[in-house]
Amino acid sequence: MLAQLFLAFLKIGAFTFGGGYAMIPLIQREVVENKKWLSDKDISDIIAIAETTPGPIAINAATFVGYKTKGVKGALAATIGVVLPSFLIIVLVATLLKDYMHYEIVEDAFWGVRIAVIVLMAKAFISMLKQCPKNVVSYGIAIVALVLVGIFNISALWIILGAALIGIIYHQLKVGAKK
Amino acid sequence: MMYLSLFLTFLKIGAFTFGGGYAMIPLIQQEVINHGWLDTEELIDFIAISESTPGPLAVNVSTFVGMQTGGILGALCATLGVVLPSFVIILIVAKVFEKFQRSKIVNGAMIGLKGSVVGLIGAALITTGISVFGSAVKTVNVKEIVAALVMIAGLAFGIKKKVSPIILILASAVVGIIVKRFII
Repeated sequence: MLAQLFLAFLKIGAFTFGGGYAMIPLIQREVVENKKWLSDKDISDIIAIAETTPGPIAINAATFVGYKTKGVKGALAATIGVVLPSFLIIVLVATLLKDYMHYEIVEDAFWGVRIAVIVLMAKAFISMLKQCPKNVVSYGIAIVALVLVGIFNISALWIILGAALIGIIYHQLKVGAKK
Repeated sequence: MMYLSLFLTFLKIGAFTFGGGYAMIPLIQQEVINHGWLDTEELIDFIAISESTPGPLAVNVSTFVGMQTGGILGALCATLGVVLPSFVIILIVAKVFEKFQRSKIVNGAMIGLKGSVVGLIGAALITTGISVFGSAVKTVNVKEIVAALVMIAGLAFGIKKKVSPIILILASAVVGIIVKRFII
């Protein structure tokens, strides 16, 4: 069972591009349809839990599925499984890249690639903006965060802590006002 | 102690970033550049490669930065650091999941956090944009600016047509070579 969990997540880690949300359908097929370890309800829980806890979504999902299936040992097997392919592939790529990075043709290729990354970041920005709760506090925090980090280079860490705190206070006041 | 510093920095990144993937980039960018491990352009190249190789983006970028800074041991420290908080937090939360989900504190924090993610990615977009296009704009390199604008339009069209990011990155690499060799 532990070996099966490890192998299932090894497969998921080795064959999904884009990480996180792109992995959910694969996890669903592997864990619910093929192995029948968990139910569809558990899969929707995974998305909710991954969104509300910090860290990479794929790790959150693997740890959660592993734990639900086989406790702490299961969590360990699934998490190591999902990380291992990434780790090995990147170690290999980074080693190769060191030798080739200084060729002019590689530098030219990366000129184009950087523009692609900026457009992909812009896409992530737009989709986060769409998911942002529609209220003055969330939008206000977004603008303040943009200015403080983008222009004044304040640590993103303080922004994240401050944003969570303001959100909690706002929510408490709103709930209090309703009563 | 570079290894300890890699581990602790990525532990911090893993513990404080919500939304995964691109939402983690702003903090990674700040931390990695402040430590002098990479410059912005190198980090963008790493993101591109991480997006074109399988696995979670955040894990790929962490392994890459660790590898570049401290070899295999560095990669191990950075990856362990970014994974550990998720792992521990999920083990705790999985036990009290229903209660956690209904918690007023969690729901309130999410209102603020979702706003902050928008602002942070926006900020990363600004600093990355300046680092990539800054020199072309400063030296008024018209050919390069026009080529970049045409590429941005093409990429935006590709995204709208739901072309996969890997294809977009590979195509951009080919276009980059053609533009730099034959046009600029």
